[in-house]
Amino acid sequence: MSRVFRGAVTVAGLIVLWQVIVLVSGAPPYLLPGPIETFTALVTRSGLIAGHALVTLSEILGGLVLGTLLGAGSAVVIAMFRPARRWLLPILVTSQAIPVFAIAPLLVLWLGYGMASKIGMATLIIYFPVASSFLDGLRRTETRWIDLAHTMTGGPRARPFAVLRHVRLPAALPAFASGLRVAAAVAPIGAVVGEWVGSGAGLGYLMLRANARVQTDLMFAALLALAALAVALYFLVDFALRKAIPWQPDTLPDLDP
Amino acid sequence: MTEPEPGGNAGGATTVVVEKLSLTLGDLPLFDGLSTVFPAGQTTCLLGPSGVGKSTLLRAMAGLIAPTNGRIVGGDGRGLAGRVAYMDQSDLLLPWLSARDNVGLGARLRGEPTDATAAHRLLALVGLRGHETKRPAALSGGMRQRVALARTLMEDRAVVLMDEPFSAVDALTRFRLQDLASTVLRGRTVVLVTHDPQEALRLGHQLFVLSGSPAQIEKSGVPDLPPPRQPTFGDFPARYQDLMDQLAVGDAGAP
Ligand SMILES: Nc1ncnc2c1ncn2[C@@H]1O[C@H](COP(=O)(O)OP(=O)(O)OP(=O)(O)O)[C@@H](O)[C@H]1O
Ligand SMILES: [Mg+2]
Repeated sequence: MSRVFRGAVTVAGLIVLWQVIVLVSGAPPYLLPGPIETFTALVTRSGLIAGHALVTLSEILGGLVLGTLLGAGSAVVIAMFRPARRWLLPILVTSQAIPVFAIAPLLVLWLGYGMASKIGMATLIIYFPVASSFLDGLRRTETRWIDLAHTMTGGPRARPFAVLRHVRLPAALPAFASGLRVAAAVAPIGAVVGEWVGSGAGLGYLMLRANARVQTDLMFAALLALAALAVALYFLVDFALRKAIPWQPDTLPDLDP
Repeated sequence: MTEPEPGGNAGGATTVVVEKLSLTLGDLPLFDGLSTVFPAGQTTCLLGPSGVGKSTLLRAMAGLIAPTNGRIVGGDGRGLAGRVAYMDQSDLLLPWLSARDNVGLGARLRGEPTDATAAHRLLALVGLRGHETKRPAALSGGMRQRVALARTLMEDRAVVLMDEPFSAVDALTRFRLQDLASTVLRGRTVVLVTHDPQEALRLGHQLFVLSGSPAQIEKSGVPDLPPPRQPTFGDFPARYQDLMDQLAVGDAGAP
């Protein structure tokens, strides 16, 4: 409860600060709309914004699901198969070295102006944090747990997939979760960048269009909606992960159990 | 002497034979042509200075490291894979599993149906009735070590290898765990590594003292009575003194 309260105080403080900056700087509304103009736009154009927000949300969720599946799958394959370690690991590292923003135009070219290219962008941007943190968790299993498991299965070569399923995977879940948190935080970036490069829908598209028409209040309203979406997504994912991994040591004040 | 005693041991006790074992870790020749026999159905305590290779010998017996030369087999000449249960100084409980599921881990890993009744019975045997569904984080150190003991028993293996199993608990808990272990492990071939001469004298049917590099085994005498023995009883104090002297000599010769 106090968490919600503190969140509300922070938001209120930021809004006040925003209004103060507007008043002090004396910037005209077409450069810097104040909170009142922005919220007015948010309410009067709510139908429009909600429609575009739904598109962006779908892209983000699509990217999250795909990126997580691909990232987690790669991590498991790399952890379990020696040749994969030699061949896939360099690819994994390289995938991070390529600036994702630079290939956004290519994705739009190949996958079209629709949702697919945005989901592709979000997937790409999510893939690495998920894969690398999960792989980190998989390779750092407490060796004595593995030893114990091997005495139970009858030797280091016996039943590697049972050991994976019952020991390595659960042991790597906290690391996987931190990757997923990063993914939830960056997924909106991927979707919006995709929309900026070329699209006919979504909050990123709406912002560009409003910008071109000097509807700065609408642009701010769309930005606000995007921020709300991103923050809500992050906390939802964080909450779900805490629930799913209750044994994870947590030194921060926890949510109600 | 090899007759299985009450305490239950479906696998039947087996001797463990170490034949001309050579083992080098890094460039350190820990063992070179070491041969010895761990008698069936008895507890052998392994002592010796830190770094002499006690844990390494245990890990080799558990099949976790391959010897450079020689072999470790059962009395029937076959390898020990699938016939050993291992218990460590730290409980090695998986934090995401309940006490009961930790006890049943072996069955899960082997893809066998988990026997919840047996797990509950063993947890009750080690004094943890009512704690079956708790996660390790909700248990004290001594309780966790008892869960680990129940897990070891659940494996129902003929050979039980224990590496300083009770060194991380307080003195009183350790004393009780020693009594408990001695009772529930009766009839199995137990190899127990310990730094505690008193623990060795309480629990061992025989004592092996490792010393030197490469390590050699020397036997040491045990008190007359069967384990678990009381530290003030009979010739226990005299044996304690003998053992301390022997350990001091071994320690002086160690690297
Ligand atoms: N993976 C390894 N590589 C190289 N040397 C190792 C390795 N593991 C252990 N050693 C060395 O082997 C020796 C024996 O180690 P071991 O753990 O068996 O000793 P120990 O008798 O169990 O000692 P302690 O009583 O302290 O537990 C030590 O000198 C240690 O430094
Ligand atoms: Mg040791």
